[in-house]
Amino acid sequence: MPDKTYRAAMRTLTALLLTLAVTFAASPAALAEEGGSYPEVNINVHDQAALQRGARLFMNYCVGCHSLGYMRYSQMAKGLGLTEKQVMANLDFTGAKFQDPIVSAMPEADARKWFGKAPPDLSLEVGAKGADWVAAYLKSFYLDPSTASGWNNTVFPNVAMPFPLWQLQGEQVAVMNPAGNGQPATVKELKLAHPGSMTPAQYAEAVRDLTTFLAYVSSPDELSRSHIGAWVVLYLVLFTLFALVLKKEYWKDVH
Amino acid sequence: MSAFTQWFNERAPGLGVAYKKHMTEYYAPKNFNFMYYFGSLALLVLVNQIVTGIFLTMFYNPSAAGAFDSVQYIMRDVQWGWLVRYMHETGASMFFIVIYLHMFRGLMYGSYKRPRELVWLLGMFIFLALMAEAFMGYVLPWGNMSFWGAKVIITLFSAIPWIGETLVHWIMGTLSVPGDPTLNRFFALHVVALPLVLLLLVVLHLGALHEVGSNNPDGVEIKKHKGPDGHPLDGIPFHPYYTLKDLVGVGVFLIICAIVIFFAPTVGGFFLEPDNLLKANPLVTPATIKPVWYFSPFYAILRAIPDKGMGVLALLLSIASLFLVPWLDRGKVKSIRYRGTSYKVAITIFAIAFVLLGTIGADVMPTWLGYLYGNNAEAIVSSNLMIARILTIVYFAFFIFLWVYTFFGLEKTRPVPERVTTHA
Repeated sequence: MPDKTYRAAMRTLTALLLTLAVTFAASPAALAEEGGSYPEVNINVHDQAALQRGARLFMNYCVGCHSLGYMRYSQMAKGLGLTEKQVMANLDFTGAKFQDPIVSAMPEADARKWFGKAPPDLSLEVGAKGADWVAAYLKSFYLDPSTASGWNNTVFPNVAMPFPLWQLQGEQVAVMNPAGNGQPATVKELKLAHPGSMTPAQYAEAVRDLTTFLAYVSSPDELSRSHIGAWVVLYLVLFTLFALVLKKEYWKDVH
Repeated sequence: MSAFTQWFNERAPGLGVAYKKHMTEYYAPKNFNFMYYFGSLALLVLVNQIVTGIFLTMFYNPSAAGAFDSVQYIMRDVQWGWLVRYMHETGASMFFIVIYLHMFRGLMYGSYKRPRELVWLLGMFIFLALMAEAFMGYVLPWGNMSFWGAKVIITLFSAIPWIGETLVHWIMGTLSVPGDPTLNRFFALHVVALPLVLLLLVVLHLGALHEVGSNNPDGVEIKKHKGPDGHPLDGIPFHPYYTLKDLVGVGVFLIICAIVIFFAPTVGGFFLEPDNLLKANPLVTPATIKPVWYFSPFYAILRAIPDKGMGVLALLLSIASLFLVPWLDRGKVKSIRYRGTSYKVAITIFAIAFVLLGTIGADVMPTWLGYLYGNNAEAIVSSNLMIARILTIVYFAFFIFLWVYTFFGLEKTRPVPERVTTHA
């Protein structure tokens, strides 16, 4: 019975599975593309208050240019735990109906003229780029007179977007590494030149709320998914136990 | 109940016979171990893919203009649409995990050897059809990686001399980049043609298996020792014994699937890639174009060769070699338990090489190398390529070794028992 080769085979399999596990464990690192990783923003889409604050920020500062074309006001109301009245009074500034998708009022042709490129729909931004990227991006604008908008961004260099949250964060300027060796000057760090209405800590919180909201918009199913999942897994565990008992009963006479 | 059965048997006696032949009187060895769960699990996943696929088809819009939006429509507006799509998407990846383990089981216990060569061959055709099916399904959501993946994979056909370029246009249906015609035909092939092929092949695979009987972890033929009732002494009826045992496997498997579906459906970007949340855009190429994880070992082999034509040839050969295994391996002993030490070492190295090739094809290896080399991008790229080439050689060396080792009688096997030794 203690079969050496059998154990060798099982060890092979274990090694195989372990390698697979390690591969998967390395995935977050593998995904941190576009120039390295970003500080973790630690969002929690189940934090309804954060979602509501994030939605308020989005409707006040972002929806002027950016749509959330895959999200309806009505669905957002459900996710945020708000009534139709609350949403229509506090979060709908585009004159859309409750069942309508959240679409920016800015005409695309005008946007293209003003910014050189239409502002992208942000419905799937967090899914595509990652929450950490979005949060880092929103913290990395700085004044740069050489660009058309007067703003630049270390996470997304030469981005066409001006910085809509400057009144909150304040104005950052770049401390540059000197140019040399044929290389252009690079940004060493960002310094807050003129404080905004928020302290850096408050602003970090605001960015986290906004990112949380966008993460929810990116995959609204996440809110209900884990709750349902817990019951499904519980059911399957019981099912498997019953199946195991039944199997043992039948296999009693197999020798 | 018996009146009902009788009514049935009088009108369609074949059904009862088939049920007996394949279920209650199909005698399977009683010593199946853990590795023997994956056949029935593959069947389960196939059914899941068909059922969830049918529901997705009801809401999916197979057009370049509407495909991406319709997937988001399924995810957000269709009742339980997100669940059905996650089941389909997780199912696709689980299909390959299950199939790869199923194939590895075949290698471990010599399940491809006489008299089961045809079972292995049909299984390999299933694997081929599955790869085509998965590739086309992957293109349908029309995300940016779908789009560019389709472009890269279809363009591989241009490596064929003379007709290559024409063939690419013929497959793609467009002149330069995939478009509406590509998506439409992939849809037709994905939801109608290939599922039919897969189902037919699965029926043949099982038919061929039940003709010769299942192998087992000891690699002994249970039909050699039959009892007075004519049934193998070491065999037990598939139903109810293995249906119930497999039910336990199904339970465990579904727990794993449920954890993925409900708690981590993207699996860190491996099952669902972030680049596919961007609409297909012919003007914007993703930073790195890479296939979804289950193709990554073969993709690494393709890219390890500097010449495109030779790369494609190596890719084809890497799959073709698997087809040839029953004829490459001349050893008489089936199970790894009684085979020579060199074989055990070789198959272990082969399995590790396959997984590592996967980490290269999926672009994970450069991250690991980053821990070694820091920011030295040049060193990372060159050693990544070097490792890919070494592993490619190791991959092919396994097949050559298998033939040399067994053809020239170099293998020192252990005595194989007459009857099966263990049972779970």
